This record gives sequence, C-alpha cells and structure tokens, in this order.
Amino acid sequence: MESTNALPRLLAGSQLGSPADLDRHLELHGSPAVPAQRAGREMIDIVARSGLKGRGGSGFPCAVKLGAVADAPRRRRRVVVANGVEGEPESRKDSTLLSCSPHLVLDGLAVAAACVGADEAIICVKGDDSEAVGAVRAAISERSALDAVQAELVEVPSSYLAGEETALVNFIDTGSVLPTFIPPRPHERGVGGRPTLVQNVETLAHLALIARRGAEWFRAVGSEEDPGSTLVTVAGAVGAPGVYEIPASMPLGALIDHAGGYSEAAQAVLLGGHEGTWWAAQEIAGLRLGHAAMLARGGNLGPGVIYVLARSDCPVAESAKIARYLADHSAGQCGPCTFGLPAIAGALEAIADGHCEPGTHRWAAHWSAQVSRRGACHHPDGAIRFVASALDVFADDITRHETGDACMATSSGVAAGAAAE
Amino acid sequence: MTILRVNPIACDAHGLCAGLFPEWIALDEWGYPIIDGRPIPPELLDHARRAVAACPTLALLLEAKHPEGER
Repeated sequence: MESTNALPRLLAGSQLGSPADLDRHLELHGSPAVPAQRAGREMIDIVARSGLKGRGGSGFPCAVKLGAVADAPRRRRRVVVANGVEGEPESRKDSTLLSCSPHLVLDGLAVAAACVGADEAIICVKGDDSEAVGAVRAAISERSALDAVQAELVEVPSSYLAGEETALVNFIDTGSVLPTFIPPRPHERGVGGRPTLVQNVETLAHLALIARRGAEWFRAVGSEEDPGSTLVTVAGAVGAPGVYEIPASMPLGALIDHAGGYSEAAQAVLLGGHEGTWWAAQEIAGLRLGHAAMLARGGNLGPGVIYVLARSDCPVAESAKIARYLADHSAGQCGPCTFGLPAIAGALEAIADGHCEPGTHRWAAHWSAQVSRRGACHHPDGAIRFVASALDVFADDITRHETGDACMATSSGVAAGAAAE
Repeated sequence: MTILRVNPIACDAHGLCAGLFPEWIALDEWGYPIIDGRPIPPELLDHARRAVAACPTLALLLEAKHPEGER
C-alpha cells in the first residue's frame, strides 16, 4: 500500500535523461482528473485548502492567482502560461522536472486552464536546455487526444530576468525579454492584452497531483504553513550536489545531510539563490526551509537554491562576484538599477581586493538604500537584499579586508584541512 | 488620497520634476528622481501637477492611492 507521505511525488519513478512518456506517466500517476468546465471554481477551492504556494520564487498562494484570472470579466479570453525559464544560475529543479516528468507539468497546465477558463496554453522553456525542450516537445505530441486546450511550446533565450513574469509575457508578445511597468499585472493584461495566469512549472506539477488526490493528500507532507513537497537545488560544498524533492518545511541541516553532508568545512549558506540571503554556518542548525518559516526569520527561500560556501573560500570575493553578476544582469531599463547595482558591486570588489578605504562598505549600504523599491521589477530589491545580508553576515571579514588584515580564507592554517592553495 | 509615482523604465533623468516639486522629489547622484511615497497634501497638488506636466518622457504619474498589500 502506498503511503500518502511517500516522497518523491513529482520525481517519482523518474530518471534523468529519459523522460516518462505518456504510458509511463499514466502508470505512475493515474489518469489526469481534469475537472469539468463547471468544476473550475470547485478546483480553485481545493487548491486553496491545499495551501499550495508558488514554487517559482515568490511563494505567492496559487489559489489567489488562479482566482484573479478566473475573476476577469466573462467576455475576455484567458491565457495560461507555464513558466519553466528558471533564471537562477545554480537552479536546476525546473529543468530536471521538465526533463523527467513533462506530462505532469502539462497535466497541471490543463488543470489551470480549466480552472480559469483559458482557451490558450503556453509552456515556456529555456531554448538552450535541449533536454527539457525535447522532453516537452515529445510530450505535447503525445497528448493531442488528452487536452481540451493544446499547449504551445515557446523557447525563451536564457537570462537572469527571463523568468520574471512580466518579462516572460513581454517575450511571448514582442520577442523582447524585458520586464514591463506594473500595473497592469499579467492577470489584468497579459499575453495579447488578455488576462493571463503565469505559474511556475513545479507549481503546476503539484497542481496536477492535487487535482488527482486532493488537498489533504498534499498536506500529508510538510507543515501547516509550508505544506507539501518541494524541489530544491543544493550546490557548493556538499557531497552530492543536485536536485532533491523534500518536505517543504525540512530543516536545513537535514537537507544538507540528505545531500551527502559537507564536503569540507562550511562557513555559510546562501539560501534563495543570488537574490537570497547568507546565513552563517552556526545558524544552520536552527533554520527550517519553507517560505513561511524563512520569512519569519527574515530570509526568503526564493526558487529553492541552497549554496554551501566552504571555509576556504573568501566570502567577500564570493559576494562581490554575485553582486557583479546581478549588476550585469540588470535589464538596463531603470536608472537606479542600471547605475546603482554596478556602483554597489564596485564597492564590494574594492573591499574584496583590499584596495579601499576603511568604511567603503558604507557606500554599498548607502547605494542599496537609494535603489530600494525604485525598479519596475524586483531585481534591484533582490540584489540589495543579498548585499545587505553579505554586509551583515561577513561584517568581520569586510573589516579585515578594509583594514588590510589578511583574509581569513586565504591565510594558511585557518581553514584546517581545507587550505586554499 | 493622491500619490506620485514614476515609471522608472520611461524616466530619462531629465530632472525637471525635482526642480518643480522639491518638497516631494529629490534626485539621486545619477539624476533619477527619488519620490516621497506619502499622500500629497491638497495645498501642494498644483506643484505635483506641474511636475507631472513638465516631464518630457511622461514618466511621472499622479495616482489614487491603492490600499496596502494589493497585488
């Protein structure tokens, strides 16, 4: 007998490099319980009870998003978009899901379309991810008899901001992967000016299983505030980096053990990707993953990227590198982001190099405060959240760099057993 | 209640707004406006309207304030 809290769910029976075809998919998960047209609202209520939150980064309640599009004026035709364009450089979870279980995502897209009454469904995948593109294309061709609305595959050029939902809608309409000014949000005016639901592919895969098995089944794993399972990508100094499906509320320490434990002495963990927050190694024991749990601690899970920084790495150099990446990946549309992020990255680089005045970090903090909430999208806000956590968690290292003392990471003997050179 | 908002994509840092309504608009070191998000008192609304009208890229907007937390 199958236990209700058995994991994996989304990645059940899957193998990297060989996507589950339709027969295998139906064997694994059973027939898709696509709700009848009249059941749209009923299905949204079930999703609300399940507590499913968006797995793309924001953690926004899925049922609220479904409801917003379903509530659009009756005469307007609706669009649903599956967002498989993960922009986080370390994140592999959406790509893995699409490559292993493409039908589960397409089932979820069909459920979403039925919920909101959409007559157009689009699935967006990174164009350079040939494995995911191939799996999705093959899956779509198998489903012509299954779906009321045929999904269309759109290949999107990879970029950090491509997965931002207004950028994705803009790309579908105009071919330009740039965020747009809000309002209007996609649920008001999205693809072709129509009310549009943009939902992460993992969220849709959960939706597909909730439609089959119900809200209670979903909640059998995870906690009250962070129910269900979730996909995470573990990277950096662990024994077995990769994508894992875990209870959404798993303690971080347990996840690291699950991923093979530390491969060398760790000094910090970056949670939530490049726009996430640093946590010192000694804080890890008290941390629980999950959007609600992280939010309560002042962090954010983002798209579920966990990066372990080894003690032999310089945290200031690492932070400067990420700040520069974020500056380089600004869309360049809004002044505060276009000029502010490079200034902040420059200050961190100067500190990392040791060629700076004491107090240089205050400039990074000053510019951070200045760009706050002044972009059309949340890219600058994510960048300054990351920078603020670097200034906080690595304050001592920054002082050592600014005052010309040796960097702890590279001075010999400090990182016992893990000397850098 | 009325607030000022800037469309940062449209804004080109001409800076006229800060000259016309310095009570509510400052410029950062690159010349882009930093807008005070509080509701504008009625006696200053004329200044706000002049700043909006002067923007060469139509980036400055007067808006009715939405309740907090609305998506």
